Amino acid sequence: MNDRIFRGMLAAGAVIIVAVFAGFIITLTQQAWPLFKAEGAQFLTGMEWNPVTSRFGAMPFMIGTIMTSLLALAIAIPFSLGTGIMLGEYVAHPGLRAFLNTMVNIIASIPSVVFGLWGIDVIVPAVRTLALRIGAPPYGSGILSASLVLAIMIIPYMTSMTREALRNIQPGQREGAYALGLTKYEVITGVSIPGAWQSISAGILLSLGRALGETMAITMLIGNATRIPTSLFSLGNTIASVIASQFNEAASDLHRSAMMALALLLLVITMSAGWIGRTLMRKGVGAYGR
Amino acid sequence: MADKQCSVAGTPALYEGRHAVRTRADRIFRIAVAVPASIVFLMLILIVGRIIIKGIPALNLDFFIRAQKPFGEAGGGVAHAIIGTILLLVLAAAISIPLSLLASLYLHEHRDSQKARILSSAISTLQGIPSIVIGVVIYSWVVVPLRGFSAIAGSVSLSIVMIPVMTTIMKESLDMVPPSYMEGALALGVPRWRALTGVLIPAARSGLKESIGLGVARAAGETAPLLFTAFGSPYLTFSVTGPVSSLPLLIYEYIKSPYEDWHQKAWGAAFLLVLFIFSLNILTGMKRNNE
Repeated sequence: MNDRIFRGMLAAGAVIIVAVFAGFIITLTQQAWPLFKAEGAQFLTGMEWNPVTSRFGAMPFMIGTIMTSLLALAIAIPFSLGTGIMLGEYVAHPGLRAFLNTMVNIIASIPSVVFGLWGIDVIVPAVRTLALRIGAPPYGSGILSASLVLAIMIIPYMTSMTREALRNIQPGQREGAYALGLTKYEVITGVSIPGAWQSISAGILLSLGRALGETMAITMLIGNATRIPTSLFSLGNTIASVIASQFNEAASDLHRSAMMALALLLLVITMSAGWIGRTLMRKGVGAYGR
Repeated sequence: MADKQCSVAGTPALYEGRHAVRTRADRIFRIAVAVPASIVFLMLILIVGRIIIKGIPALNLDFFIRAQKPFGEAGGGVAHAIIGTILLLVLAAAISIPLSLLASLYLHEHRDSQKARILSSAISTLQGIPSIVIGVVIYSWVVVPLRGFSAIAGSVSLSIVMIPVMTTIMKESLDMVPPSYMEGALALGVPRWRALTGVLIPAARSGLKESIGLGVARAAGETAPLLFTAFGSPYLTFSVTGPVSSLPLLIYEYIKSPYEDWHQKAWGAAFLLVLFIFSLNILTGMKRNNE
């Protein structure tokens, strides 16, 4: 063995990984092609999804995905920012901080399917009770349940991104502000948050990317209905959950191809969110990081 | 750090009034931060508590050593899923570790080159791919050509979850080795590949081990990539060419069933899975703190 061979091995490893990624897009496009040919733009704009009559419009799932993700984000943002600021700026005791950080990491590592199980056990009955009280359809599962659990799932992620963004501010900036006699509130809102804002918003976008692609917990909680959700309490489906619940049952070739088309759509959506998030993150670190 | 604003003797009255407003704003903000943070930590405790309370009663000897009984019959255990999880994770790690090591060495060796940038953006994009999409693609790549669901297909799926996690952490730990190590080895006339395998990798070994632990922990809880690849099976099997179960698949399947006994087993499996993932994370994390 010599350096040339070793270099070749490294390059081979690198090429395989890049090829896997390229292969994902090629395979999905190729497999989705029959559906694109049959449905055309109807795939994106169509309101009806019915494998029996071979109508494959993805709009109900796009609406379901956007509703659950944005709702989850709206719930998660205040809690995550609060917790992130708490951990990044207030908790000074190193032992307590380490303990709280570990707790956040532990929750972040709980599998999606376990969150689904917990949601069925805790959130679904709670939402059902609420729905009965206000006269909404009392399914229990549905858009609201899925969004609540999704919010809980992204909170640890968004919290640690916020905390890291705040910790990455140069200490001198914060200390300078304190030396000028500013209160903690003024330092946080006037120095820390403006300085970390780009990284924090990148964290929010990356969390959105996660929420959009989240599958198991949502499949278990959203009720898997292929119509357009009309309220917070109606059943629905996201792009990911419809793939999870219908892929193995897809009987016709066109239905299988429609599943591939949905996967491609989901990949494009999450890649865009992730790409914007990472670009913001790089800029944020470049501008304010140490 | 200055926590409270202190009033200074001789401050003009104008500032004294302003001072009261500022301290009140400070106090209100502190509450506005503490309330959501406390709710979050309370939720976290409730979730972990629920998993423990509902999970532990399901555990007994049969739970660990018996496979699933026929549909609707009480008793039996989840041994088939435990074995399946181990089988899938070992195979997936066997695929991911060499590939991730090669890729991270490539990134380390070609730092800041155009090619390395392409590779690292491919890796971070792979990391962001929804796991259900991985399942769909591996279905076309492995399940269709092999004409059936299999442990192999499942572990290829899981390896795509592992590779980005492992490569990122491996690259970081290789970069953390002081350059003087490599320079010293090279100055002694050692060929570059020997310096890499004999000096750089051993020097980074704790970080490399950590990356493996975290990669495995990450893949252990994945369900979506297995739905259309490993598929699940009620039988205890070591075959890599047939379908196998895994703990996450079993949780998903059991909670959908109408049997109370299976619901309990789902909670037991969830507890076991979470415990396994925690231990992996904490063991590898602790190692980092100690060294």
